[in-house]
Amino acid sequence: MATNSTRRRNALWRIGSLLPASLLLVALSIYPVFNLVGLSLSDVEWIDGRAHSEFIGFANFDQLFRHETVYWAGVRNTIIFAICAVTAQMIFGFSMALAARRASGVTRAVLTAVFLLPIVMPPIVIGAMWRLLLGRDFGAVNTLLGYVGIGPIDFLGNPDIALASVILVDIWHWTPFVFLLMLTGLESLDQEVFEAAKFDVRSPWQELRYVTIPLMVPTILITLGLRLVLSFKVFDEVYLLTGGGPGTSTEVINFSIYRTFFAQDRLGVGSAMSLLTLVAVAVLIVVVNLWIRKRRSKSQEATS
Amino acid sequence: MISRTTRKNLLGGHLVAWGYALIIIGPMFWILSNSFKRQIDILMGNTFSTPILTNYETLLFSRQSDFLMNLWNSAMIGVVSTVIVLVIATLAAFTIIRLEPPKWATALLLGWALVFHMLPTLTFVGSWYVMFSNMGLHGTYTALILTHVLHALPQTMFLMVGFLLNIPRELIQAARMDGCSYGQVFRRIVVPLSFGGMAAAGALAFIQSWSDFAISLNLSDQDTMTAPVAIATFAQEHQIRYGEMAAASVMSMIPALILILLGQRYVVRGLMAGAVK
Repeated sequence: MATNSTRRRNALWRIGSLLPASLLLVALSIYPVFNLVGLSLSDVEWIDGRAHSEFIGFANFDQLFRHETVYWAGVRNTIIFAICAVTAQMIFGFSMALAARRASGVTRAVLTAVFLLPIVMPPIVIGAMWRLLLGRDFGAVNTLLGYVGIGPIDFLGNPDIALASVILVDIWHWTPFVFLLMLTGLESLDQEVFEAAKFDVRSPWQELRYVTIPLMVPTILITLGLRLVLSFKVFDEVYLLTGGGPGTSTEVINFSIYRTFFAQDRLGVGSAMSLLTLVAVAVLIVVVNLWIRKRRSKSQEATS
Repeated sequence: MISRTTRKNLLGGHLVAWGYALIIIGPMFWILSNSFKRQIDILMGNTFSTPILTNYETLLFSRQSDFLMNLWNSAMIGVVSTVIVLVIATLAAFTIIRLEPPKWATALLLGWALVFHMLPTLTFVGSWYVMFSNMGLHGTYTALILTHVLHALPQTMFLMVGFLLNIPRELIQAARMDGCSYGQVFRRIVVPLSFGGMAAAGALAFIQSWSDFAISLNLSDQDTMTAPVAIATFAQEHQIRYGEMAAASVMSMIPALILILLGQRYVVRGLMAGAVK
């Protein structure tokens, strides 16, 4: 059995094994939040490559709430972006999963491989690719539309449709992710329920409405919540597709932060933006989490 | 009668799924074909032209281009950060699920990791930029590797917790009865038994680092610039060189393609675990 020295070593091991992960999280994810608080209350200037800050109270927040109209346009666009893109992804992803559910093994493997592509390729490449595809004068999409007598459409240069174009690219990017989650969910459902319900439902629609969807509620909720929160991360594609323009038509929150912090060197206001965004998204995460839990326990009560 | 409608539904479903697959594949073939075209053929919208390798040659071997170095930076940062994150995530996962650390410690660690995983990365980058600049580390590999490790840490930790749960508790207890210390249990039982899981989690961590743009854009400099940042700079030049941009994009897709060809099953499992936890 364990000797004294083993016991001491084991105690050290328990602490030591958690230490690297905890230290990294504290130093680079918790401390930076406090650092942001400090910076957002200061006037920050670069002197010899080091940041020098001077306390100025809430002036940066005052500036942010009253004068940073571009940021608020970004907030509006990001919310529109998140709602539209996620809704479309859920509808497309779920219907395709229903379609592919009964496919044979080989078909499934090929489809999964293809659907994984957008998920694992670098987002910046997706941006580059669609920028080439959606180009006004020589993009493939306009060439195709030209065959049927439409266009050319300036997808990325027209302020009225630029945001819609960005949303379209995001739908292309993330629908496969929803598809794969839904497919896994559908496959884990108890087949006996469908067998039992066979005699009660008259059409595939009834089966979908009264059997499949109620059983899928937990998966649907988790996917929905996850996509909704993660779509606030959008940055890479927008950077390459439109750079926030034309005007502020495709400005998103992350792009405002990037521009204020790095292109304009206004660290104080940039920190205030970062902090506000961080807190807002954190609240959203908690709310979505609680909501999913509540709905989930409700649906479990209903089914059990 | 019934079987016929079912068959029709099945056919319709297949058409929808394959149609979407085509929408995914189509753009990729188009960009692949563009990478073998001259600028003039791309701008004229010529569908067919004699394939040329000039774009790749210029990109990789011309003096004005740093792309080979950018690829090397991406690969190096990716490999090093993946190895580090695998080690620290597996260590933490083992302790969390088998050595019963205090409940609050586990809840705090995993809870914050989950929240951090979902927060927009850009809200942290500004703070990192100031911190690393003040330490004189801005633009160094150290800064990039540390942040990439952190970025992949939550996902890798959740995946490893999932995989290590498959190792029977009895096995670990038996080893401890035989007088093994925790360190020995980890080295002799946990690590060998979780190679599959580590491969999956590692592959995803590498892809994440390789694809990262938001961090590398702001923390790298001319010498440490990664491939995605380089691709973005193509788009900002006055005269965009579309052929080279396409060629660079194609080359950046290679790790993702290899991953799908070799480890599709693992990747799906990994993604699902990361999503459901």
